[in-house]
Amino acid sequence: MTIGSIYFFLCAIACIAGALITVVARNPIRGALGLLLTIVGIAGMYLKLHAQFLAAVQVIVYAGAIVILFVFVLMLLGADAMERPTGNRSPVARIAGGFGIAAIVLFTAYRAIQVYSPTTNGHFPALPEDFGSVKSVGKQLFSEALAPFELSTALLIVAVIGAIAVARTGHKKAVLAPNNLTSAHRFFGGPVEPRDAVHPIAKDPTL
Amino acid sequence: MTPLSYHVQEYVLLAALLFSIGALGFLIRRNVLIQLMCVEIMLNATNLLLVAFNRLYPSSMTGQVFAFFVIAVAAAEAAVGLAIILGFYRLRNSVHSDDADILRH
Repeated sequence: MTIGSIYFFLCAIACIAGALITVVARNPIRGALGLLLTIVGIAGMYLKLHAQFLAAVQVIVYAGAIVILFVFVLMLLGADAMERPTGNRSPVARIAGGFGIAAIVLFTAYRAIQVYSPTTNGHFPALPEDFGSVKSVGKQLFSEALAPFELSTALLIVAVIGAIAVARTGHKKAVLAPNNLTSAHRFFGGPVEPRDAVHPIAKDPTL
Repeated sequence: MTPLSYHVQEYVLLAALLFSIGALGFLIRRNVLIQLMCVEIMLNATNLLLVAFNRLYPSSMTGQVFAFFVIAVAAAEAAVGLAIILGFYRLRNSVHSDDADILRH
């Protein structure tokens, strides 16, 4: 065991454990923290694969933005975000489902380790000088991948505007919802008739 | 025996495990938030594959640039998905995906 192998093993354990926690956890906050563990493990893998820039982007965007967004929404929903217990499955169905899942995972793993590169037998070759650095990724990003890069900015702005449009409550609804009163009700004690327009406050005929 | 982590196979194995865990979680769980997290796990697994195969063929940085775009798309997807979940919660007062059945009736 070299240091690199131990590092790889730790990152792999973090990834798998985090993914399992996410899938199994009843409490979604624990699920979000499991997702965080997976993301940090994958960032460690990126460092091992000489993708330093992507490791930094992974930590900033995923751990710093996406997981925090999840936690925000979970805190906003509070206890309603908990999953309802569904206890109506028979034990036979549970056991069969467990075996099915195990079979799928093992078959996927079996197929995965059969993959190898015909030229180098899957062994990583020596690297060019600045592989994975900000400079080389940026060079490629702003030459070959310039059009998709600019389009991705459009995608992000559309996504943000769409998220705002979907998530916001209409202003009228937000004001009306608590006590079901219009502003005419609140200021004038009832609906405002056209004949009151001269003295809107003077609903009392004795005044 | 050659040490671990110098072959692409280990990364393919790990990514396959992560992807199948994410896919099964998406199918099994009924909490929309957890399902969205499982989508993120699957995106991360494919990203790991892109970067690992770029390490195998290091003449250009295409795989890493692709992974960068996948991260950007994942950020957009998380923002829109969480907004939709908030709208769904406001509509049905629930985050249970079985309750998203208005179009069925």
